[in-house]
Amino acid sequence: MFIVCLNMHTFDDTTGVESMTRINSSPEGAQVQDEYIETAESSRPASVLLRELVAHLRDNRTQLREEWARRITEAKLLTAMTKDEIFAEATSVYDNYVEALETGTFEALQAYARNLSERIIPRGVETDEVVGIVLLLRDVLARSLFAKYQTDFTKLNRILDAYEPAANRIANTVAVGFVQERERIIREQQEAIRELSTPVLQVRERLLILPIIGVIDSQRARQLTEQLLRGIRTNRAKVVVIDITGVAAMDATVANHLVQTVEASRLLGATVIVTGLSPEIAQTIVNIGVDLGKMNTVGDLQGGIEQAERLLGYKVVPVVETP
Amino acid sequence: MEVPLLKQGDFLIATIQAALTDADLLHLRTALVQQVVKFRSRGVIVDVTSLDVMDSFASRTLREVAQMIRLRGAETVIVGIQPDVAFAMVQLGLKLEDVTTALDLEEGLAHLSRRSTNGV
Repeated sequence: MFIVCLNMHTFDDTTGVESMTRINSSPEGAQVQDEYIETAESSRPASVLLRELVAHLRDNRTQLREEWARRITEAKLLTAMTKDEIFAEATSVYDNYVEALETGTFEALQAYARNLSERIIPRGVETDEVVGIVLLLRDVLARSLFAKYQTDFTKLNRILDAYEPAANRIANTVAVGFVQERERIIREQQEAIRELSTPVLQVRERLLILPIIGVIDSQRARQLTEQLLRGIRTNRAKVVVIDITGVAAMDATVANHLVQTVEASRLLGATVIVTGLSPEIAQTIVNIGVDLGKMNTVGDLQGGIEQAERLLGYKVVPVVETP
Repeated sequence: MEVPLLKQGDFLIATIQAALTDADLLHLRTALVQQVVKFRSRGVIVDVTSLDVMDSFASRTLREVAQMIRLRGAETVIVGIQPDVAFAMVQLGLKLEDVTTALDLEEGLAHLSRRSTNGV
């Protein structure tokens, strides 16, 4: 939204219609609409031309859409998507594009851009690709206009005058929508990572506890290992209890990583006790064929802590109250 | 580069101070196995704190050292393996099985002393 506004300011300066302060004081949505109509009215037949333009785009929808999809494939953009998907997306982008040109409102396009970004970001589509395809569409449409009005240059000029600012704003809207969506996802992920980060807690001299809750993927597993090995060094731990009661299942890679962590801890001179293995995880560990002799496992966290205390030579005695 | 061997009471301490070549490692092995009987040591500590790389030859040699010293009637503790090194070793399958390891020199000495008092 913000970049769109900036773009409009420069756009304004050329037409010299509005002052910046006026734009800044008006509410955002209204401002976009106002502005658009303003420019459309400033050269009188612009709105008529725009209508003609939209009609042209509607008439040649199939052909232009295909041309666009072809150019996208040629330029090797959106390689993460199949041809059919590109065509389907191209169709809806095209329709939204034409609609935005016609109505001069960008809300629908913005919503669509957000929705589109939500779908394609997880598939690894990059910002340059999105910007690239929107610019390609602009080029394809401009060329069709050239072809149509090549005999009448004055008209072509006026059509382009109406088309270009609108097209630029559309390109901006889509690109900004994409970037904003990306930023939102990044923020969400950062939050998730912070929430998932696992504390290494010292419960007694030389005894650490590492409670793991949630899903462990290989990246988090690496992070855990790093934290644990550092924790062992800084706290001079002799025994570590890793509690995985809160982990429902883990795949073979992560299970293997867990076993490696146990062995690496041993190299640092610490004994690891794993507690709270679910039946599924036990199955996974048996399946990957780990030598269970080296895995020190206890049913629950309490049992694990008790065994750790035994290993460290602690003895917990209840205080007997004298009557 | 030669590794100094320090006699400390009943124990023999070898502190590796820089990356060693394969020849240095073999030399260390020979020296340790000889000295352990000469000094009548009951335990040997190899301190690898300053090593930031442990390749397969080094870890195999350390394992051999531990086994040979056991045959010579003493116990070996490897101390000071860095966290990163430890994990890299495990990933490469260099697990130093049946070799005792400890966090640092202090821990290693504590382990050996415990052993010898229990043994007596």
